[in-house]
Amino acid sequence: MTIELILDGKRTALEILPGQNLLQALRGASRFSVKLGCETGDCGSCTVLLDGEPVNSCVVAAARAAGRSVTTLEGLLGDPLMQRLQRELVDKGAVQCGYCSPGMLISLYALLKQDEAPTDRDVREALSGNLCRCTGYVKPVEAALAVAATLGGAS
Amino acid sequence: MNKVVGTNVTKIDAVKLARGEPVFTDDHRPPGMLYAKVLRSPHAHARILEVDATAALAVDGVVDVIWHRDTRPILHTRAGQSYPEPSPYDTVMMPEKARFIGDRVAVVAAETLIAAERALDLIEVKYEVLEAVTDMDEALRRTDLLIHETPDPRGISQAGRSNLAAHIDKQVGDVDAALKTCDLVVERTYFLPKVQASHIEPHVSMAWVDEDDRLIVRTSTQIPFHLRRMLARILEIPEARIRVIKPRVGGGFGDKQELVVEDLVSFLALRLRRPVRLEFTRHEELVAARLRHSQRIVMTTGVMKDGTIVANRMHVTADTGAYGSHALTVQGNTGQKVLPMYPAKNIHFIVDCAYTNNPISGAFRGYGAPQGCFALECHIDEVARELGMDRLELRKKNHIRLGDTDPLSAKLGEGKEGLVRVVHSTSLEECIVRGCEAIGWGDKRPPTQPYFKRGLGMALAMQGSGIAGVDWGGATVKLNDDGSVNLTVGATDIGQGSDTVLAQLCAEELGIPYDKVLILSSDTDFTPFDVGAYASSTTYVSGGAVVKAARRLREQLAGLLGTKWECDPGDLVFSEGSVTEPRGRSMTMQDVALFALYEAKIQPMATESHMSNESPPPFAAQFADVEVDTETGQVFVRKFVSAVDCGTVVHPRLAEGQVEGAVAQGLGYALWEEVLVDRAGKVLNPHFLDYKIATALDMPELVTFLVETSEPSGPYGAKAAGEVPIDGPAPAIVNAICDAVGVRCYRIPATPERVWRAMKEQESS
Ligand code: FES
Ligand code: FES
Repeated sequence: MTIELILDGKRTALEILPGQNLLQALRGASRFSVKLGCETGDCGSCTVLLDGEPVNSCVVAAARAAGRSVTTLEGLLGDPLMQRLQRELVDKGAVQCGYCSPGMLISLYALLKQDEAPTDRDVREALSGNLCRCTGYVKPVEAALAVAATLGGAS
Repeated sequence: MNKVVGTNVTKIDAVKLARGEPVFTDDHRPPGMLYAKVLRSPHAHARILEVDATAALAVDGVVDVIWHRDTRPILHTRAGQSYPEPSPYDTVMMPEKARFIGDRVAVVAAETLIAAERALDLIEVKYEVLEAVTDMDEALRRTDLLIHETPDPRGISQAGRSNLAAHIDKQVGDVDAALKTCDLVVERTYFLPKVQASHIEPHVSMAWVDEDDRLIVRTSTQIPFHLRRMLARILEIPEARIRVIKPRVGGGFGDKQELVVEDLVSFLALRLRRPVRLEFTRHEELVAARLRHSQRIVMTTGVMKDGTIVANRMHVTADTGAYGSHALTVQGNTGQKVLPMYPAKNIHFIVDCAYTNNPISGAFRGYGAPQGCFALECHIDEVARELGMDRLELRKKNHIRLGDTDPLSAKLGEGKEGLVRVVHSTSLEECIVRGCEAIGWGDKRPPTQPYFKRGLGMALAMQGSGIAGVDWGGATVKLNDDGSVNLTVGATDIGQGSDTVLAQLCAEELGIPYDKVLILSSDTDFTPFDVGAYASSTTYVSGGAVVKAARRLREQLAGLLGTKWECDPGDLVFSEGSVTEPRGRSMTMQDVALFALYEAKIQPMATESHMSNESPPPFAAQFADVEVDTETGQVFVRKFVSAVDCGTVVHPRLAEGQVEGAVAQGLGYALWEEVLVDRAGKVLNPHFLDYKIATALDMPELVTFLVETSEPSGPYGAKAAGEVPIDGPAPAIVNAICDAVGVRCYRIPATPERVWRAMKEQESS
């Protein structure tokens, strides 16, 4: 069956299967930044923005995205804030295997959209749903704080 | 001098990864691809008598269901090791007898994942349920209940006779005699849990048959070349018909040093002539991938009053689960990589590794050493306490030093006699000093709550750099028109950044900028052989091959230019992307390439192999500052310091990243992680929700020092970094807990309940 939604800013007819979750439907639509790590809502690799809020797409039924706005990393590649986050993650060495990176980027993007001056704790809270087995989170947190420092929010 | 080694160049694949580009195995979907799913045994031990797939095959979209009747029982090991593998041949593709809850019973291939999943529910299986044994001691006692009835053709395990999967008994000196002469003998028993690597990308593979009738396997693996050899054996087709492609890999940590899914997609692709893909669920990762071996370790140590360690015995009893892949070598490492830290004159190392009807254990970062290091480093604290000696002083008095010989190395190689190992580089002493300073050793901070207690702990660790005399890799370097080079290696980047490090080594040797190196890794059709990413070998072993190949390419170019310029080729300097001769004439690498290709008409290109007869140990000194809530037993790590000697640091940020990631895993080992298996052999926590790995909120402040040395046998002085920092966190933290509350957790993870119980027991005694 087909649902209508705003996918990465564009009105889109998305082909979905009965019982399919949004993660699988998005990957089926070549949004390969949306990664599968657990399919139980525990790892955050599949994080996307649903009406602007970060969600684990694996625990959202694809059908429930009908009429809503879904944004994946692919849809934010031209966004200046996302580009800064990507640059900083790369420069700080926060990308090891990179499997968790898209999910982390979405979570950090959502955080910095709301709060331009997060603390270390705020960043860790925003990332707490994104499991990373490679980095120990040191460099991802460092990268996020470095981006925040350039945003000019009150400190 | 060109300066690429030692700098933080941009990780070669980081940009595309941060853009979420489709670079992982599953990001490629060949047209007509089928989805495979595995039906797993609900019984820990049962004969699979009959599989009825009639109803499953009737599901719309289901194409095929296979079980053991459809396959040939070719004995093999799934451990990705050099041939002949030191692991028993005890495995077949589809077993006639399920040996653990989760063993393969049948495999479905369907047009959609949903159809494949539905089919699993409809397959009817007739089992003859057998008595299961999940306790390793019982398994070792029972000869009437054999988990493997067919003898191991190579005699590594005692299959067919008992449940002993591996046995080691090696001694240097005479421990029993020496213990009698000691002032003090301390004996303790330590218990290590099963834990899981938990790379975020699950095991995933796809295979198809191409237009030349060749089998193409695209897979998330650490061992593409071993895999090709293993698949050829299992599928009974020549290696020449198989091509293994390793795209980007979302973490492996040892768990992908094993054939876990590749045989199934390959078999089905050949049978159905369609692309087939199989991806593990997280549940499958926790029940049917590989675990770190659980062990019980008895340490017996004899010391003199002055703290000299005279004799050390380590007796390991381990559970390999249903199959014995890596059973001998992981357990071997538990002593081999650990006991030499204190090279006593008398050392005795014993292993009994049991087959049980539990889930399978295998390789996981550290490969046995985290278990051994936990036992030894906790034990050193215990010895110091009984001796009334400072635990730091006891370590300083006995630890291995520059020029020392590793006493066990010759007796214990990779499953057979090994090569003598002498320490030619170490900064362990400085690591200790720097670490003590950073943690504030001897200067305990006050607890942050009145009902908290605070303590400090430390641990020393050593590992290896590749397997001496076994691991090797090849590299090819080829010069292009514009002065760039193609570097092709079989070495396997699994996220740790080896492509970046190898490109750096190549650029350094050729005197060209790093971005002029185009690296291709791990495609069995296009790159030279390499054993793969394991045993901390890539920088040290594969890096050696890269440096040799680049050097030979440079010599070719120097020869050409020496003739052209009529000067001694040895006098030419390759630096900053140019070649310069003593009188000052100079050519850019691009012009050199144009000259070679269009005037001399040769392709400058070199392939070299590298193997090392040494495995120089990297060292680590690790320190924990913890607080314990005395009311709940909960442990809070406030700060964790790692000072690591990995030789020359090729890429500081990547090396730090290796340490930080390893510490996060080590922290989980210390405090939270345990795959709980009940007496029936069932995993009780097969999800991230209840198998907890560290989140960003769980991490303490991490301080990491890389205390450089220069290893004479390593490329530009480099050793390994990936494994050694996972060894120390658990003992350092448990030692700190003991320092805080005065009780020792002999069993990890040190959960609040265990810590609380230990405190209560002490109160009541
Ligand atoms: S795949 Fe969605 S949370 Fe893990
Ligand atoms: S970088 Fe590998 S899981 Fe985060």
